[in-house]
Amino acid sequence: MTIPPVPYAIAPESTDTVSAEEQQFNDLIAADSRIEPRDWMPEGYRKTLIRQISQHAHSEIIGMQPEGNWITRAPSLKRKAILLAKVQDEAGHGLYLYSAAQTLGISRDLMTEQLIAGKARYSSIFNYPSPTWADMGSIGWLVDGAAICNQVPLCRASYGPYGRAMVRICKEESFHQRQGFEILLELMNGTPAQREMAQESVNRWYWPALQMFGPPDDDSPNSAQSMAWNIKRFSNDELRQRFVGMLVPQAEVLGVTLPDPDLRWNEEKGVYDMGEIDWTEFHEVLAGRGPANARRLQRRRDAHNEGQWVREAAAAYAAKQAVKAVA
Amino acid sequence: MSDTIEQDAYGHVDVDQVELSAELVEAASVASHDVAEYALWLGDDSLVLAQNLGWWISRAPELEEDIALGNIALDLIGHARSLLHYAGAESDRTEDDLAYWRDEPQWRSAHLFEQPNGDFAHTIARQFIAAHYLFELYSALMESTDATLAAIAAKAVKEVDYHRDHSIQWVLRLAQGTEESRRRMITGLSDLWPFVEELFIDEPLIDRLEGVAVRPSTLEATVLAAMLPVLAEAELEVPRGFISSGGGRRGDHSENLGPLLAEMQVLARAHPDAKW
Ligand SMILES: [Fe+2]
Ligand SMILES: [Fe+2]
Repeated sequence: MTIPPVPYAIAPESTDTVSAEEQQFNDLIAADSRIEPRDWMPEGYRKTLIRQISQHAHSEIIGMQPEGNWITRAPSLKRKAILLAKVQDEAGHGLYLYSAAQTLGISRDLMTEQLIAGKARYSSIFNYPSPTWADMGSIGWLVDGAAICNQVPLCRASYGPYGRAMVRICKEESFHQRQGFEILLELMNGTPAQREMAQESVNRWYWPALQMFGPPDDDSPNSAQSMAWNIKRFSNDELRQRFVGMLVPQAEVLGVTLPDPDLRWNEEKGVYDMGEIDWTEFHEVLAGRGPANARRLQRRRDAHNEGQWVREAAAAYAAKQAVKAVA
Repeated sequence: MSDTIEQDAYGHVDVDQVELSAELVEAASVASHDVAEYALWLGDDSLVLAQNLGWWISRAPELEEDIALGNIALDLIGHARSLLHYAGAESDRTEDDLAYWRDEPQWRSAHLFEQPNGDFAHTIARQFIAAHYLFELYSALMESTDATLAAIAAKAVKEVDYHRDHSIQWVLRLAQGTEESRRRMITGLSDLWPFVEELFIDEPLIDRLEGVAVRPSTLEATVLAAMLPVLAEAELEVPRGFISSGGGRRGDHSENLGPLLAEMQVLARAHPDAKW
């Protein structure tokens, strides 16, 4: 499908009732300019962004767990340091994104509450377990790789704070993908057991990574509106295609097989044909029945609850200091 | 990583920088056997502490602390890598040979560093003591006649200065925050204080490294002089009572080190011929 160059798919209800501020918003969008927190914006735009940015932030935070799982067992000190820095980057991404969401009028506390109560969504990919070291490679290569494809266009998202947060994040994501690729490359150049570990892991992560782009375009109800608002720039299927196009040559360098027997170059269309994605599994994981959903939420909830007294102490201390400063 | 800390309140780190800090020791001379042993003391302290701190990532009381503790662990791994790299050259072993293929009695870390994370107050008490000790140690080690140790110390001292600051902030907050946090801070401090004394014991090795190593007993006064005013401001008493028998420098460890090493070494040891 092609993207309309001027994304004006949805006309405002009726032109003569458009207020001056709404007209200003529409003009900014039409000119592909940025909307800033002080600008007027439609309630739907605000809600869509809050949902998307907070889900994105939650994904960064929950996403720390599958890799955090291997920091203490990383097989060399160099890998330990890189993995630690990578997971720590993700915490930073969560923070930037929570801040961006806060500019839309939602508090970080509320977003945290929603997450630990199981009411907020985050990327389903993090509900898969990471049983082997090779998963550190697959996550970097495939999961961060898919995240890059999704996120680079978001650097141009119409909402200023979101776009700017994404610029910072994308810079780091490319390191993340590279370190994942390097882990797999080292394994594929290693012992037979290491090669087997790498391929087995790629087999497990490949399909869930493709699902990260969301349902097919004909089954993606919110996409058109997000595109009209210049939040989303490319459709789910387009991004997925782009991702696979990026993976194929990299898989060749690695010497791993992508686990899709139907994957082949389509000369006519100029893209890769691929096999059918198992959307039943996608919806199962989304509905909370993935292999690690409960564990991921539990960990976040435990950290939050066990940290309660620490946060209370910090708040109480700050309040006492403020009183002292006044006195 | 202290440069980035100044730009960013929580000390954000790029993966790229980790690789840069890796081989500080590249052009260094080969350490003598005694110097190598001393480098092992210091490297093991940092690595064991970093290994403990790494557990907190994704479990800290707030996101800012995931980042701060991660940053501290990352600095410590950097110090450990430089020191183990230097220590290993004499016996033709790499940093990873030393980290992954030595058994518990061959580890030279002091007991403080292997004490469990406990609750956040225990971790902060351990950080408070460790960072003050490391700051004074590296400050003095910058004057070492061994150029490599002096260079490692000069880089490390800036980083542990930040660790010290971080721990002081938390000691104050916890001690003077709520009743619960105060109670926990007092417990944490009294559980960790018995491990202070071992840091200042002069082993025979030190006599053979005059001018090269920092004599541990000379650090006691400065470390305490830096810590005590903070405890006074926090209205915390210096804990009294039980003192650990120590012995870490000779390979005698508490029950905590074995499981810590088992976890750290498990994958590397499952694949003896592998590179990663
Ligand atoms: Fe991220
Ligand atoms: Fe990432």
